[in-house]
Amino acid sequence: MNASNLLPDVTRRGFLAGAGALVVCFAIPAEAQEGEVPSAPGAQTAKPKLPGSLADTPSLDAWIRIDADGSITVFTGKAELGQGTKTSLRQIAAEELEVEPASIRLITADTALTPNEGYTAGSQTIQNSGTAIRYASAQVRQILVAKASEKLGAPVEALKAEAGAILGPNGAKASYGELVSADVLHVDAAADTKLKPPTAYRAIGKPFARVDIPAKVTGGEAYVQDMRPPGMVHARVVRPPSYGAKLTDFADASVKAMPGVIAVVRDGDFLAVIAEQEFQAVRAMRAMAGVAKWQEQPGLPDQYDLPAFLEKSVSEIGTVTSVGADSVPGARTLKAQFTRAYQMHASIGPSSAVAMLDNGLTTVWTHTQGVYPDRKAIAQMLGVPEEKVRCIHTEGSGCYGHNGADDAAADAALIAQKVAGKPVRVQWMRDQEHLWEPYGPAMLTRASATLDQNGNIVSWHYDLWSNSHGTRPGSAGSLIAGRLMARHFPPDPAKLQISPLGNGDRNAIPLYDVPNLRVNWHFIADMPVRVSSLRGLGAYSNVFSIESFMDELALAANADPVEYRLRHLKDPRAKKVIEVAAQKFGWSKDALPEGRGRGFAFAKYKNHAAYLAIALQADVDSDSGTIMVSRVVAAVDCGEAVAPDSIVNQTEGGILQSMSWTLYEAVHFDSTRISSPDWSTYPILRFSTVPDSIEVQVVDNPGTPYLGVAEAAQGPTAGAIANAFRSATGKRIYDLPYTRERVKDALGV
Amino acid sequence: MLKLNVNGTSHDVDVDPATPLLYVLRNDLKLNGAKFGCGLGQCGACTVMVDGKAVFSCLTPAMLVEGREIKTVEGLGTIDAPGPMQKAFIEQQAAQCGYCIAGMMMRAQALLEAKPDAADADIRQALEPNLCRCGTHMRILRAVARARDLMQGKSADNMAPAAATGRG
Ligand code: FES
Ligand code: FES
Repeated sequence: MNASNLLPDVTRRGFLAGAGALVVCFAIPAEAQEGEVPSAPGAQTAKPKLPGSLADTPSLDAWIRIDADGSITVFTGKAELGQGTKTSLRQIAAEELEVEPASIRLITADTALTPNEGYTAGSQTIQNSGTAIRYASAQVRQILVAKASEKLGAPVEALKAEAGAILGPNGAKASYGELVSADVLHVDAAADTKLKPPTAYRAIGKPFARVDIPAKVTGGEAYVQDMRPPGMVHARVVRPPSYGAKLTDFADASVKAMPGVIAVVRDGDFLAVIAEQEFQAVRAMRAMAGVAKWQEQPGLPDQYDLPAFLEKSVSEIGTVTSVGADSVPGARTLKAQFTRAYQMHASIGPSSAVAMLDNGLTTVWTHTQGVYPDRKAIAQMLGVPEEKVRCIHTEGSGCYGHNGADDAAADAALIAQKVAGKPVRVQWMRDQEHLWEPYGPAMLTRASATLDQNGNIVSWHYDLWSNSHGTRPGSAGSLIAGRLMARHFPPDPAKLQISPLGNGDRNAIPLYDVPNLRVNWHFIADMPVRVSSLRGLGAYSNVFSIESFMDELALAANADPVEYRLRHLKDPRAKKVIEVAAQKFGWSKDALPEGRGRGFAFAKYKNHAAYLAIALQADVDSDSGTIMVSRVVAAVDCGEAVAPDSIVNQTEGGILQSMSWTLYEAVHFDSTRISSPDWSTYPILRFSTVPDSIEVQVVDNPGTPYLGVAEAAQGPTAGAIANAFRSATGKRIYDLPYTRERVKDALGV
Repeated sequence: MLKLNVNGTSHDVDVDPATPLLYVLRNDLKLNGAKFGCGLGQCGACTVMVDGKAVFSCLTPAMLVEGREIKTVEGLGTIDAPGPMQKAFIEQQAAQCGYCIAGMMMRAQALLEAKPDAADADIRQALEPNLCRCGTHMRILRAVARARDLMQGKSADNMAPAAATGRG
């Protein structure tokens, strides 16, 4: 079969062919960064840097194409991960192009078609891609108006864009399709493009139903798992029983003879089987696991003493910040130590990918967060130039960071080499996802603060111990297949990097006003447990620690926790979300029934993205050790709210996910093997412990820069639960998760 | 050859009779609704209805459901003519990644067919076997309650589109 049968419609129409269509030929920048401090729409700076991702990919036609028939295609290098991107980016483009959002065709991350926007991560899709598309769309509209002015012989001021056409005086009209010609949009973006004012918005901030939901609730083809190209065969991988295990014996004759088996793939320690039917592949996989003999090596730390492992493994200490004096006198000093276990992304759908080798080109349909970096790593693994690999983002189950997606893509690409011309579908089993995904790293944090006579903070020291939270591709050695195959690509060495974006140190600097401040990252390069980016990175642990500690300081200062936070903040937007959350929750000092507590927490994600404050009520049952969060109120300010319901949806989701991490989740292992292969050994939140209500207040700021929001709730939720537990019981738990055993220990039952 | 009745249509499928129903639905009948999540009966992503009851299709050998009435999310309506359960999920925007949603809907459908006036607490209890990792629980609960009302012929008056409210 021919690869083009599988490709999105858009290529079949022939991008380079159409007369009257815009030619897309954009330069692909070497490497798009994960992100930086947001560029501000409307901000006037002396030396203009192009807004959002336009800085990396300035050509307008890399983002927008208008065909002779007037149809509009928008390109984004970002991917839909369940956050509603396919809808909100359409809203943004539609706003400036003056068309209906639904009329726009949106092409997401594809190495053959879209700009390279690095990873869809760090809550930066709207901030980077949305900003780029917004400015590009506005400029395209202005170009079309200028063209129409020539064509209609009317001054620019007399023209306006509406419903895909430029309208002039006396009914004069030119459709977008008539106005475009080859190259008209092949120009670089201008830094000073004027955007529509918020008062004129028709799409931004308005409720639009998500475009992807109808298919998802009616059984439409929505995920990479649902792809069924003609001639497709099914593959399963067989993983070693533990990290670093070596295959010593593999008598595969019996497997090869099994019904439907097309090929058994062995490359070093990489094992897979290809079969005609899916269940045949599953059976062959099980048989292979039975005949494969492995030599294993212990090497995992003691899961019951992670602080000891973290402290003794430090390779380097980095200064995250250092302000004022190292030590200052005060009335009293408090100290605390916090820990967090290794935790999983634990997607509901195990990772999957489809790949096909056709005429020397390997095409991979993948739910990766970064098609370009994944392509680079896969090309290196296969030993081919990058142009010989194409990665097309296709939705998967929600990922929440770097899960098994890239690895499954690599598996499929490698397996596809054995059956050229056939699309190969790889589906991981549940245990493969649970055991092999890169976890959110365990962390240890220590805080110490000195208060003056009035209880105000005069000095703050904070130290954190952590691996890197970023081991995404990377080289071929960042892929499981790359490590296992005979060439044994080594993992990329971990490097301590301290940047405004934050990693293990994300949100390690409190937003609170502290005159003397020291923050250090005790960096651990050694990664005996595979780790990478989990939603929020270090922010989850750091905000949990800081917000727990702030409540202890407030208690020591005999202050209300909300008032105490406010008095240490200058940023009016920070104060505003705190006030809104407290007011909507009905925050008070009133006594609560026995076993019930209220907790509050706040953070500005990454210290430069969304502001989020949260108040919640929880009941603690000391006999069973269970914590039931019953009511939650959050207030969030993410700048201009493009799609308010998506913000609410993601924030509710972040709160519930963080609640699950906080109450239940820890990866278990012995000295050799991970022992959390399924949902019974790695339990997560179920409906019985979901709160009665979660209320999310969006504090909208039209016309202000977009601030990433998707991960903003992770840290504050943990802090608020910790503080509610403290308020309910008078005891504090310093270690995540708050399991029933820990609750009972803390309460001495 | 197995004879399976799925969404009111009879199909002859040529598979190993021990094949889990999930694979038959997805691969032989090309129905996307039921999802592979764990294959262990722990997550509910694969939930379908058999003779009105919610079952884990990942654990059910196809031969055991011959002659029974199998219903998947595709049997609840279409994208152009969504049934009440589907309408309610769209109206409440009750999905993030959506991977767990079809399984949620089928378990909810089984509940509401057995107990049309299920209380909110019944809904919560019935959904216990199904996992959602995106944290869409509040909306799922609201959508199922809404589906219950739609099925009982309650009109749209007390309906508040999720997008307008921000209540979870
Ligand atoms: S896939 Fe059947 S219960 Fe998880
Ligand atoms: S919506 Fe993603 S798992 Fe439920």
